[in-house]
Amino acid sequence: MSIIELSGVEKSFGAVQVLHGVDLTVEAGEVVGLVGDNGAGKSTLMKSITGVYTTDKGRVMFDGQDVTQLEPGARRKMGIEMIYQDLALAPQQDVANNIFLGREPVKRLFGLLPAFVDKPRIDDQAQGMLDRLGVHVPSIHIPVGMLSGGQQQTIAIARALTFQPKLVIMDEPTAALAVREVESVLQLIAQMKSDGIATILISHRLNDVFAACGRIVVLRRGNVIADLRRDETDMAEVVSYIVGAH
Amino acid sequence: MLKLLERTHVRPESLAVLLALVVVMAILSPVTSSGIRVFLTANNFFNIILASATFGILAIGATYVISAAGIDLSLGSVLGLASVAGAALVVTLEWPWYFAIIGALGAGAAAGAVNGLIITRGHVPAFIVTLGMLGIARGLALIISNGRGIYGLPDEILFLGQARPWGVPTPVFILIGVALVAHYILAHTPFGHHTLALGDNENSARATGINVRRQRMVLYTISGLMAGIAGLVFTARVNTGDPTAGLNYELLAITAAIIGGTNLFGGRGSILGTMIGALIMGVLQNGLNLMAVQAYYQQMAIGAVLIAAVWLDQIRTRGRSLQ
Ligand SMILES: Nc1ncnc2c1ncn2[C@@H]1O[C@H](COP(=O)(O)OP(=O)(O)O)[C@@H](O)[C@H]1O
Ligand SMILES: [Mg+2]
Repeated sequence: MSIIELSGVEKSFGAVQVLHGVDLTVEAGEVVGLVGDNGAGKSTLMKSITGVYTTDKGRVMFDGQDVTQLEPGARRKMGIEMIYQDLALAPQQDVANNIFLGREPVKRLFGLLPAFVDKPRIDDQAQGMLDRLGVHVPSIHIPVGMLSGGQQQTIAIARALTFQPKLVIMDEPTAALAVREVESVLQLIAQMKSDGIATILISHRLNDVFAACGRIVVLRRGNVIADLRRDETDMAEVVSYIVGAH
Repeated sequence: MLKLLERTHVRPESLAVLLALVVVMAILSPVTSSGIRVFLTANNFFNIILASATFGILAIGATYVISAAGIDLSLGSVLGLASVAGAALVVTLEWPWYFAIIGALGAGAAAGAVNGLIITRGHVPAFIVTLGMLGIARGLALIISNGRGIYGLPDEILFLGQARPWGVPTPVFILIGVALVAHYILAHTPFGHHTLALGDNENSARATGINVRRQRMVLYTISGLMAGIAGLVFTARVNTGDPTAGLNYELLAITAAIIGGTNLFGGRGSILGTMIGALIMGVLQNGLNLMAVQAYYQQMAIGAVLIAAVWLDQIRTRGRSLQ
């Protein structure tokens, strides 16, 4: 069964229509590359999957359920995670709190007091997650805004992977990274695939897309104009679709 | 000690400013007949805390909305409205004494909820909505009271403002109680974490599934509720529902929150810091009073402190991002 199934998704901002009836299907455990020129609508399409944008028309099915009308929080609970292009981190909050933002584990004293955030548990699990990802930060108690771009990127990844997601969307996750860090993100995607997690990878670096993805979807001016198997295509063909020479 | 400050997000500087101010005021204040400085007498100490209690409670409301990158300019006016609403129910309509509490807190929370509703549903900037409410609430307070104070509240209410259990004025207990609850919520509950995250990066809050609209709505209602509590305390202290109560108090409240370490642009806020900020404002006012500085100059001093606090914070944060 498909993990995600978009049909006829349309989205406008004011008078500007950005998505013109997009159909897209991703199977469980599949890694799909989404490519296209700047402004093609890739980020907008992905935000319609997470619910940050509501669609004007069309349907979003996730794990066999219609989630079109659901809030981002509800979709996240079902297992949709996204690493946003701008990372969407809260810079003045500490590393651990960012990883658990929106999902703080709570405790109650004597079952009476309103639930309070179980900070030791957050710190403990956040540290564990970072260790598993092989990320080093000076301390999980420093504000995220004080970390380097690459470190922030990995915090965003850690946040997406902490709650057993079924689908992870990565919007340009390697843009800010050094070569070695790119390698570890690609390795991570392979690891996620073997755990059965589906991934949609948006990237301008076709090398990365070809290395990680079994399928490549090209978006052009809000339409899917190509859906190619990696084994049956090459970079030249993908580029020609992106620039519209096809 | 430093660890405790760090854990509670209180800036050591604000504590230092408070201590310095106390020393300066002690030295500059006149000497009593018994030979000690007026500023240092126990009576004066309670005067400071009593005066600080009212805008200290307001400053808690200011801390909540400002840490979420909002603003509430209507705090002082809503205090006045709450004061009149509570007194009108009990004195004019002769309802039972507890309606003074229900009326004041209800009017405050309602005004805050209206602010929140228009900000979140109407997409009108908080600055404009609460500036409008500043006018509306004050006008309403004057209309309800015919522009005159509503005098003569029952003893149960007066207890909240004038009694001194164990020698300590009741408003001090109220302030401490409210501050502890407010601190617990902001620093230790998911609601508090979401408030700071919302002020830090609204996109981040939305993307992680936080209901941004509901969060804002609740925050402005809390802010109004704080104005309601402050209005009740004020009423009880002066035994009058006063339509001019809390005039310009938003200036004091916002300044107390900012000197206490709340980031004007959101993402950082500490109730304990705000309490220190409120004490700084209280000491400043009290000291200037003792030195017989005219109220007009005091108003100027408070405004200058607000600008200076934000200015210094800008220099600090810019210095940090340059590193
Ligand atoms: N929140 C928004 N408001 C208005 N226009 C937007 C918004 N988000 C994206 N757009 C517009 O939609 C188009 C597609 O943007 P985007 O989805 O970010 O493209 P991509 O990620 O493929 O580069 C662009 O023309 C952009 O200006
Ligand atoms: Mg994009």
